[in-house]
Amino acid sequence: MQEMLRAEDLWLSLGKKQVLKGVNFSMNYGEVHMLFGPNGAGKTSFIMALMGFPKYRVDQGKIYFKGEDVTEKDIYERAKLGMGISFQRPPTVRGVTLRKFTELILNGKGREEIMGIAERLNLLGHLDRGLNEGFSGGEMKRSELFQLMVQRPDLVFIDEPESGVDLENIALVGDAINSLLGKDKVKDPKRSAIIITHTGYILDYVNADKGYIIFDGGLLCGGNPRDILSEIKKHGYGRCIECR
Amino acid sequence: MSISKAYLSDIRERAEGAKGKKAALGPDIDLSRYSQHIERERIESLEGLSQQAREAATMAGIDVKEETRSGSYIQVDHSVVYERLNRAYEGKLEIMSTTEALKRFDWLGDYYWKAVPVDQDKYTAQAEINMTHGYFIRVLPHQKLDYPVQACLMVAESHVSQNVHNMIIVEEGAELQVITGCTLSKIDAEGIHIGVSEFYVKKGGKLSFTMIHNWADNFHVRPRTAVVVEEDGMFFSTYVLLKPVKSIQMFPAAYLKGNRASAKFNAILYGLKDSYIDIGSRIVLEGEDTRGESIARTIAADESVIYSRGDLIAKTKEYCIAHLDCRGILFSTRGRIYAIPQLISDGASKAELSHEASIGPIAEEQVEYLMSRGISREDAISVITSGFLNLDIPYLPQFLDRNIKEVIKATAKESM
Repeated sequence: MQEMLRAEDLWLSLGKKQVLKGVNFSMNYGEVHMLFGPNGAGKTSFIMALMGFPKYRVDQGKIYFKGEDVTEKDIYERAKLGMGISFQRPPTVRGVTLRKFTELILNGKGREEIMGIAERLNLLGHLDRGLNEGFSGGEMKRSELFQLMVQRPDLVFIDEPESGVDLENIALVGDAINSLLGKDKVKDPKRSAIIITHTGYILDYVNADKGYIIFDGGLLCGGNPRDILSEIKKHGYGRCIECR
Repeated sequence: MSISKAYLSDIRERAEGAKGKKAALGPDIDLSRYSQHIERERIESLEGLSQQAREAATMAGIDVKEETRSGSYIQVDHSVVYERLNRAYEGKLEIMSTTEALKRFDWLGDYYWKAVPVDQDKYTAQAEINMTHGYFIRVLPHQKLDYPVQACLMVAESHVSQNVHNMIIVEEGAELQVITGCTLSKIDAEGIHIGVSEFYVKKGGKLSFTMIHNWADNFHVRPRTAVVVEEDGMFFSTYVLLKPVKSIQMFPAAYLKGNRASAKFNAILYGLKDSYIDIGSRIVLEGEDTRGESIARTIAADESVIYSRGDLIAKTKEYCIAHLDCRGILFSTRGRIYAIPQLISDGASKAELSHEASIGPIAEEQVEYLMSRGISREDAISVITSGFLNLDIPYLPQFLDRNIKEVIKATAKESM
């Protein structure tokens, strides 16, 4: 399997806080990786830095995507190369409707496609509202996945897809992620994802290849995500100190 | 029968007395500089306008093909060059110059200079003493038109003072949309446009009024507008200024006289070059259960100065509610925005008045959010700015909309 993403000796800071200390990470085309870890451990910072948000400063190390060094590339350039992100709490952008924005993503083409995806994600009634304006937690998640399904990135970072989503809608979110990754089709297995989860509910709907725990600035316990989740449920993150 | 001579004589006397009266706001203009009198010939259709004038009119929202208009009124400098009423609306709608209406209707004395005081300042005085027409539009009771009426007030020569007096009367239960484009066809013209506008919305009537101002670097503008809204009447105003202007000062007022009357002002102001822009809106809530909303979106680029004012004045002892929302973005370190909201409750113990005002940059978080979907930084700022200005204006021609977005894109780029 060909490598899609690699982070080498990644040192990352947010403000004055050193978040990651020399992380090494890689994933292949078509893989899905899960990130676990306590609050504030740096999971979101890690994916935001991979996506190129300047607030999450790379102090040292390199990021390679599809064989290209993207460490110095901005968010737009990385998106154009095929990265995408589903925010945990996306900002509200008043006056820019979901319809207008998705049309812009498609450069004015594919209006029918937009309607089809919106219907599937139960978002037809939200198309003419400002981005995230008055959206509930679940609506935000669906809107994020909707935008990504229009954008069709090769690698997607998904930050806590189940947070704020009621049980009834988790299956819908899971289906959307599978569709986004092309897992609902035999063909197109090359899309990949890094998914942050606290509860692990999403594992009931999305098959993941590997899991990690981010703890104390490091990436630990690379292994089966279900086993890792089971360990966390039994022992919390206390055992991570021993691994460290 | 024309309007009473005694009334006109009294008006004229008051105007003479106010000839030297400076306005309360805005830089004082020496009107003696603008004494050219230019008459123009009538045209048979809007296609008969010169290429330059046609382009200017189009950019001010005028549909020269008139396909989606109920009627048109076009004035160039000091002449009415074109009036047309769609045949389907004969007997339902009246369009003519105010000078003509004053000759025809004696009852106009009940409206003429009744909403705006003729002696308010030297500009209202000038509009009376040296009046050069203006439009008169009246929709008869219970008539509802499919398309807007359009009016264009154009200045095509330098050193002109265009002094128009506009009147709109929406009779009981009637509905009307008006698009007014005020513009220059000679881009380097120096001069002034004085526009007195008195609008009356009768019981249950609705008036939607869109005004697009396209002026230029050496031009002064002094509109004086007042709207009287009766019981259950609605007034909705959209004002758009996206081109440079030497100076503009206006503070249109809506007087909600009748119970359940409502008014909404929506102003979109884009300051360019060294424009001096002092624009507000005032809603006076006099009837019970009246409602008002005033929204202003301002962007100051280059060295422009924008005063964005808003007054909500409650006078009824019964319930009324009004909100003022005034937001600004500064695109240049040389620009200035003053947001000045004012709430006045004059013995109105049941009135609910509120405001929010803010000035700040475009949130970087929003720009990055759009960029993460593959939108360039430049496009992201442009889209957010257009969204902020809320430019979805009904009946605005598409290419005008595109032009506005291009202006935004160009100035947004400079702000980055």
